[in-house]
Amino acid sequence: MSGLARMIGQRLALGAFTLLIVSMVIFAAIEALPGDFAQAILGQGATPEAVAAIRESLGMDRSAVERYFAWLGGVFSGDFGVSFNQLSFQSQYGQTGERDVVTVADQLAPRFANTIFLAATAAAVAVPLSLALGILAALYRGSIFDRAANVGTLTSISSPEFFVAYILILFLAAANPIFPSISKIHADLDFWERLYRTVLPALTLTLVVTAHMMRMTRVAIINLMASQYIEMARLKGVPRWRVIVRHALPNALAPIINVIALNLAYLVTGVVVVEVVFVYPGIGQMFVDAVKLRDMPTVQACCLVFAAAYILLNLLADVLSVLTNPRLRHPK
Amino acid sequence: MRTGRPLVTIRDLKIEGLAGEDWLPIVNGIDLDLARGEVLGLIGESGAGKSTVGLAAMGFTRDGCRIAGGSIEFDDIDLVAASEETRRSLLGRRIAYVAQSAAASFNPAHRLIDQHTEGPVLHGVSTLQESQEDAMALYARLRLPEPESIGFRYPHQVSGGQLQRAMTAMAMSCRPDLIIFDEPTTALDVTTQIEVLAAIRDIVDQFGTAAIYITHDLAVVAQMADRIKVLLRGDEVEENDTRAMLADPQEDYTKSLWAVRSFRRPEQPPAGQGAVPVIAVAGVTAGYGAAADVLHDVSFDIHAGRTVAVVGESGSGKSTVARCITGLLPPRGGEVRFNGEALPAGYRDRSKDQLRQVQMIYQMADTALNPKLRIRDIVGRPVQFYRGLRGAELRRRVEELLEQIELEPDLYIDRLPSELSGGQKQRVGIARALAADAQFIICDEVTSALDQLVAEGILKLLDRLQNELDLAYMFITHDLATVRAIADEVVVMKDGFVVEAGPKTEMFTPPHHDYTDLLLSSVPEMDPDWLDRLLEERGVDNIGEAARVRID
Repeated sequence: MSGLARMIGQRLALGAFTLLIVSMVIFAAIEALPGDFAQAILGQGATPEAVAAIRESLGMDRSAVERYFAWLGGVFSGDFGVSFNQLSFQSQYGQTGERDVVTVADQLAPRFANTIFLAATAAAVAVPLSLALGILAALYRGSIFDRAANVGTLTSISSPEFFVAYILILFLAAANPIFPSISKIHADLDFWERLYRTVLPALTLTLVVTAHMMRMTRVAIINLMASQYIEMARLKGVPRWRVIVRHALPNALAPIINVIALNLAYLVTGVVVVEVVFVYPGIGQMFVDAVKLRDMPTVQACCLVFAAAYILLNLLADVLSVLTNPRLRHPK
Repeated sequence: MRTGRPLVTIRDLKIEGLAGEDWLPIVNGIDLDLARGEVLGLIGESGAGKSTVGLAAMGFTRDGCRIAGGSIEFDDIDLVAASEETRRSLLGRRIAYVAQSAAASFNPAHRLIDQHTEGPVLHGVSTLQESQEDAMALYARLRLPEPESIGFRYPHQVSGGQLQRAMTAMAMSCRPDLIIFDEPTTALDVTTQIEVLAAIRDIVDQFGTAAIYITHDLAVVAQMADRIKVLLRGDEVEENDTRAMLADPQEDYTKSLWAVRSFRRPEQPPAGQGAVPVIAVAGVTAGYGAAADVLHDVSFDIHAGRTVAVVGESGSGKSTVARCITGLLPPRGGEVRFNGEALPAGYRDRSKDQLRQVQMIYQMADTALNPKLRIRDIVGRPVQFYRGLRGAELRRRVEELLEQIELEPDLYIDRLPSELSGGQKQRVGIARALAADAQFIICDEVTSALDQLVAEGILKLLDRLQNELDLAYMFITHDLATVRAIADEVVVMKDGFVVEAGPKTEMFTPPHHDYTDLLLSSVPEMDPDWLDRLLEERGVDNIGEAARVRID
């Protein structure tokens, strides 16, 4: 098990390094975009004087490398900076000082909680659903059910998310007003109300991620069905469903867990479009707005959250895969 | 032994297998009768259909196979017509199966005892508690160490011979009327095989269970079966009581099977005093990674034109010696000398010419040949690499090599490995080793994956090539019959030590080292009384693992 601890340590260190690379790439990407925050925020009223004033107040007259390292220095001391959006208005109204400043971290926290709530709701439905569908499809391989499940999930994964979202809005919000088409979420909603307003975006995400997980479950189980211990179980008179659930599934877990982790990471990072469609106040919305404004600290913070989600979920998947292997759990 | 009406009656059984889009016959009309408490031996080479018939006696066919005709009755139940549900209720409860590879047939994710109790609990034969207690009693009966606790281990924590006995115990868990043993000892070392054989026979006698014992090893079936049925490519050749069959086989095919172990390489004069050996392994000590040494001060010489058989069980270090000689595993101490000159320890430091001189032939020709390359490229590559031949010269040389291994060049040069039989693949493996014009070839269990008749052909070919080309062979094997056939000298290894070495004639005449003695006495003989006699002589506690431990 000390090997496992070492693996986790190495992966975390590697993960931190990956985050550093991600932040550089994102910074470079924002630099490469035409225009900058000052022009974006001022729009029609972008007089050269106003633009210069904002640029100066944001320190944008310094070189890109300097600005990157200034930001990075802040991150290392736990300060993700302040959204340009906040700062600029202060400078326009002539306010200075730290009094009312809301940091990126403060802005991000409630949004992040919302996104996690949405992802968790979708995962709570999608993971059991796809496991069950995958097991049933393996059990009734080649049957009508197997084919229908495959066609259904493939159709939903092949359609763009926004399209799935609008179809759902059409049928479940417009034609039959069962669920709200706009997910207005705020802090003082109780759990059930919140859940009710999250149903449509969560359903959209479920439809998008189920196919991948279901097909992996099915194929991982079917791959094992030719093994000798499966034949042995059948020759012991074990019923088919039990052969699959008890004899095949435990040995098929490692690849399934990896695909689940990949999809969970997608649920956190891939919500951008879905959040925009449903005006769901999550990170995705915030991210899109920040990119429009070239709001570097906010974009960076969002990207780091996305990257960290990927890294941590993949690490978790690897740890769980190791733990499903009896050879590693019970050494000789 | 035989009482009352038969337990299994198979009439005109035809089974077909799916090959591409066609159903090809695998079994063409076999009859089989088995009385209660009787043991029937099914023998034949691979492809004879013996496993297929064995499984069919359970009413089971593998995926891609179907019963095309005939009837299978088990205790008056028609298994061909029976519903899935009826068949399932018989499987495990009244008919059980013991597979060839226990390591692959136990589910790696569950403890042994949980797999053992699954059948009885599922079939409602006993409660979990009863079944667990019974498992421990069976483990004790089968002489497994620590019968109270061994069941709570996972399959990977238990040795191969123990797993095979645990699987026999599992087959017994519902006290079935019939057990199908499908080559249960083929994958085991000789000393382990014998204790599994003794255990199986004891428990089959104890409970009066009928059995179909499938094997390709005549000496094993002679110990186990009351009657023997010989199969060849899906047809029955003949059937008779074991003793009658051994004493007086009627059909030519059966006689050829019986005669298979007759090949003997003529005795060679001993190497002259002071002759420089082709390969000298001198005090080699080696190990993997940071782990402890697995070879301890191993020394032996191999002279030109001679075969040294390195004998030992799995884990004895014989393949590790080969890795040291080829330079794949640089030794920690000692050296390997080629014609008197020390070879660099690692293969990366060896010259092309030094690499050329040491070639290998592998056990599994299936995996040792690149499935995407044609024979011309497989054999041609070393010719090109070591001798730099191209074009017509290259082709001529490849054709010459194919002629040497007795494969018609025009017919085979453009084939893929998948278009060859097992024996032909192994011949291509030999041609590849010859292509380098080596003086020394390591043969790593080259015949153990082959049927006996085919193996015999390979041994004869190797012998002929050795005489023609004055090759030196190192022959790694655990099969003492092969040693008898081809070796000039024998090196016996155990736990990384050489325990005995010398000319073959000396090795096969007493007195021996205790371990050599155990190895030799564990090789089954065709005499049906051999196992009884051996158990009487050595005592049931002085075979297999128990005896091996005592030698340490």
